Amino acid sequence: MTVTTRPARTTPPAALVGGVGGLLVLAAISCLIGVAGMSWEVLWVSRLPRTIGLVLAGAALAVCGLLMQLLVRNRFVEPSTVGTTEAAGLGLVVITLLVPGSPLMVKMVTAALFALAGTWLFLRVVRLMPVREPILVPLIGLMLGGVISAMTTFLAFHHDLLQTLNTWMTGDFSGVLQGRYELLWLVAGLVVIAFVAADRFTVAGMGETFSANAGLDHRSVLAVGLAIVSVVSAVVVVTVGVIPFLGLIVPNVVSALVGDNARRGLPWVALLGSGLVLACDIVGRLVRHPYEIPVGTVMGVLGAVFFLHLLLRRSRAA
Amino acid sequence: MTATAETSARTRGHGVRAEGVTKRYGRSLVVDDVHLDLPLGGVTALIGPNGAGKSTLLSIVGRLLGADAGRVSVAGLDVATTRGDELAKRLAVLRQDNHLDIRLTVRDLVTFGRYPHSKGRPTAEDLEHVERALAYLDLTELADRFLDQLSGGQRQRAFVAMVLCQDTDVILLDEPLNNLDLRHAVAMMGRLRDAARELGRTVVVVVHDLNVASCYADTIVAMRDGKVAACGTPAEIMRPDLLEEIYGLPVRVHELDGQLIATYYG
Ligand SMILES: Nc1ncnc2c1ncn2[C@@H]1O[C@H](COP(=O)(O)OP(=O)(O)OP(=O)(O)O)[C@@H](O)[C@H]1O
Ligand SMILES: [Mg+2]
Repeated sequence: MTVTTRPARTTPPAALVGGVGGLLVLAAISCLIGVAGMSWEVLWVSRLPRTIGLVLAGAALAVCGLLMQLLVRNRFVEPSTVGTTEAAGLGLVVITLLVPGSPLMVKMVTAALFALAGTWLFLRVVRLMPVREPILVPLIGLMLGGVISAMTTFLAFHHDLLQTLNTWMTGDFSGVLQGRYELLWLVAGLVVIAFVAADRFTVAGMGETFSANAGLDHRSVLAVGLAIVSVVSAVVVVTVGVIPFLGLIVPNVVSALVGDNARRGLPWVALLGSGLVLACDIVGRLVRHPYEIPVGTVMGVLGAVFFLHLLLRRSRAA
Repeated sequence: MTATAETSARTRGHGVRAEGVTKRYGRSLVVDDVHLDLPLGGVTALIGPNGAGKSTLLSIVGRLLGADAGRVSVAGLDVATTRGDELAKRLAVLRQDNHLDIRLTVRDLVTFGRYPHSKGRPTAEDLEHVERALAYLDLTELADRFLDQLSGGQRQRAFVAMVLCQDTDVILLDEPLNNLDLRHAVAMMGRLRDAARELGRTVVVVVHDLNVASCYADTIVAMRDGKVAACGTPAEIMRPDLLEEIYGLPVRVHELDGQLIATYYG
């Protein structure tokens, strides 16, 4: 494909360039604020990995939210509202109990498999439900997530892992150092796949009739999408912990601004995802300085408010 | 099927061919052993009362729904066995009720009509098709609006534009005139007839207005209770006795300006 035959509108609009600029500023702030004195050593070993981790995790989680919303065709779903994240957490506890001290990669793969199974279970349950009320879909997911969480907590309680579990399930970048975040580059690769396949996901989001008419292989798109979502959720849980609601907030905001055509929306989703996580992390580092509030907590508060806003807006519109 | 239509089908290939198509929901037979043979090129109007099975038949032909028995081939391809992406280049179908959960602009929607050809990487040629389809259905002004910002008729035209943009040999449209005003309904039927005459497309439309069927179709297929009750040219179908039997309503047929016009009010 040559450049000349590309439609004009796929060239990045000025706004997107501005957005990238804004993200760089946030990233610079994120690199520079902090307690310890600054040196190249600190920057290289701790600050830069942390900032890169935030950018990668933020972009990937937001993109996953969009993929899920297109594939499930529901505005309210994202990994932390359908049980994917909780299932990844369960996987992490199980592998820690079965093979203590297993390498990060093994933990990640186990968590990813559990995440996949959890998501699959969610889709089965949703398919079996006769009600097609959109609001019920995330409620089913939240209940499913609750059940999985309870199992995880039960296991952790019996094996004296509650403290560890708590740190895992709260997204926190303060422990991100060189050598402990590199798995996150894997999710960058997955985001690239999502970009390449963007149109497939949009067509899938148009529903089964339109997918069939367009000749899209709906099942394989669903499979690829859920694999991406599961692996990203697992990597993020294993490396930094849970960042709830991010995948809910960002795609909904982007949808209101530029619509749901993934080819147009995805760059924005990735950009805003990174930006929001960076901002939440900066806020978390500043409010109780010199202590830190984990980014997962900040996002949890923000996300819960946003989720409520979405629900209320919907019920007002209905 | 008339003898002339059959010969032309043999010489020019089949547009749509259905053999013994049957569909049941529970105990009720909604499509009952339907045989159809539509030649390549031409407009076919599918008429019949509510619940006659028109949409069900169209969905089966358009591979949106599986049949319980029978075979369907479209442009020479068996719809049950041909790969979806191959079929999408030859066959396009639009349902009676269309709803999108996602927010797309009109131009985006129509561009997705090119998906079977472009796989999401529209070339300059694809984009030409898009602009032409937009202009064809009087949507150029509305192209950058989101679908949820359109009126019912405007939205209907956008969906039809998408299907026409797919540029397939066979086009199946279930009540495409829904919500359209007079001018746009006439324009759309004109477009469909042009597509059949000039580009050799096989167009099957479900319509409720007998006079639209009479004036624009080459073939009329009348359904009742899941069966094909009659099939023929407008002159063969636009007969008071036959129409009364199908609709259970007295229908008069008049010749006006060289067209057969049915009246049934009052
Ligand atoms: N999913 C379904 N389950 C059970 N019955 C169905 C289903 N879909 C359609 N039917 C029945 O099949 C029959 C044919 O329906 P169909 O939609 O094909 O009719 P139609 O000719 O398109 O009518 P209309 O003019 O109202 O669009 C109807 O009696 C309908 O009630
Ligand atoms: Mg119908």
